Amino acid sequence: MSALAGLAPPLAVLAELTHRCPLQCPYCSNPLELVGKERELSTDVWKRVIDEAAALGALQIHFSGGEPTVRRDLEDLIRHARAADLYTNLITSGIGVDEARVKSLAEAGLDHIQLSLQDTDALSADRIAGTRNSLQKKLAVAGWIRAAGFPLTLNAVVHRQNLERLEAMIELAVELGAQRLEVAHVQYYGWALTNRAALMPSRAQLDRATEIVEQARRTLTGRLIIDYVVPDYYAQRPKACMGGWGRRFINITPEGRALPCHAAETIETLHFDNVVDRSLAEIWNQSSAFTRFRGTAWMPEPCRSCDRRETDWGGCRCQALALAGDAELTDPACALSPHHDAMRAMAEADAASSETEFTYRRLKARAT
Amino acid sequence: MSADEETMIPRLAQGVRLKFDAARDGWVVLAPERIIVPEETALEILRKCDGKRNLAAIIDELASEYDAPRDVIADDVHTLMSELIAKGLLRS
Repeated sequence: MSALAGLAPPLAVLAELTHRCPLQCPYCSNPLELVGKERELSTDVWKRVIDEAAALGALQIHFSGGEPTVRRDLEDLIRHARAADLYTNLITSGIGVDEARVKSLAEAGLDHIQLSLQDTDALSADRIAGTRNSLQKKLAVAGWIRAAGFPLTLNAVVHRQNLERLEAMIELAVELGAQRLEVAHVQYYGWALTNRAALMPSRAQLDRATEIVEQARRTLTGRLIIDYVVPDYYAQRPKACMGGWGRRFINITPEGRALPCHAAETIETLHFDNVVDRSLAEIWNQSSAFTRFRGTAWMPEPCRSCDRRETDWGGCRCQALALAGDAELTDPACALSPHHDAMRAMAEADAASSETEFTYRRLKARAT
Repeated sequence: MSADEETMIPRLAQGVRLKFDAARDGWVVLAPERIIVPEETALEILRKCDGKRNLAAIIDELASEYDAPRDVIADDVHTLMSELIAKGLLRS
């Protein structure tokens, strides 16, 4: 039997077309070392990757960034992905997008748009995004998105400095005619880890937010779907990060490195293949980065003998590295981890912090 | 279910597509940032929601295909439709 027997193809590819972005959100999921325009993949390489993803069995492609609309070939890539029968999703801040661009995206066959929301308070939204008039621009873009017939998801990233307006965010999603709202608590990697003391909510804030979401889900059934991502610093069991390492997703960086998750580059002991050099199928099936933490064989105790090992897949490798110092350990979000109490104490200390200043996401040259 | 309700024409919600997935040898529902593998009965209903058939026609067809009493099928369809609408996959 081949070692590949039973290996399912990826469900989706996250195509990070660029790290360029007009916003500077302090919780950005991009790495601290950003890739400049000159290192971005060409249109032709992306098209080949799209074909390889479809042939491998991927069903969806998420065009993300940075701000993916800064790439002028976005429509070309969307058309190519639709021709390959992939479901196409655009993850955008909406900043820099005008009405003509929205129409052009619709003509290209784009299936869905996810628009980010920093806050419902205009000044706070600008302060978080590190830009001006962002809320006003986004509201206009949301209108054009709906007018063009797109289904809309609003993605509200929530944290200590905007959680008190969660109810207003839900109301705004309804007003804008969004089909979905993602209420995503900040996940603490990269920029967000740097800004943790200014972002971490208290346990009481988290519980209140969960209550608000649960109530809104009941009253808005059939009108608005609310997806809810919790911060696992207060959890008892870890999340199944990415649905398990190398099980569902491939993340491709602007320069072509294929990652099992967007933060995987923080694990410096891993080698990441580039789509320029190897096919997506080879990378998915054989590359050391994807096979390293796939399945359960790599697991230490207490994961190895845990009956949840195929539920949470050991949680998040990047978080194990960031907080327990070793990517091979159990995610400290698990109460069975010896690092769990320290993680919880860190969250409580950060939540009680008076820090409000952000370190903004900025492009700086990356050493090669 | 009332006769009035049966005149409605259910259709896939905006941004929802039904696709046969050759890699996994089965039907999948592609929706905004979700992929759902529908159960057999849900799939039967979704495949009939083509924006042309009304609910009465869908129930008639299913009653005939399953050779089952129409009121039993109608109850099942009603329950499943409510679920599919709540999940954002169908609109009426």
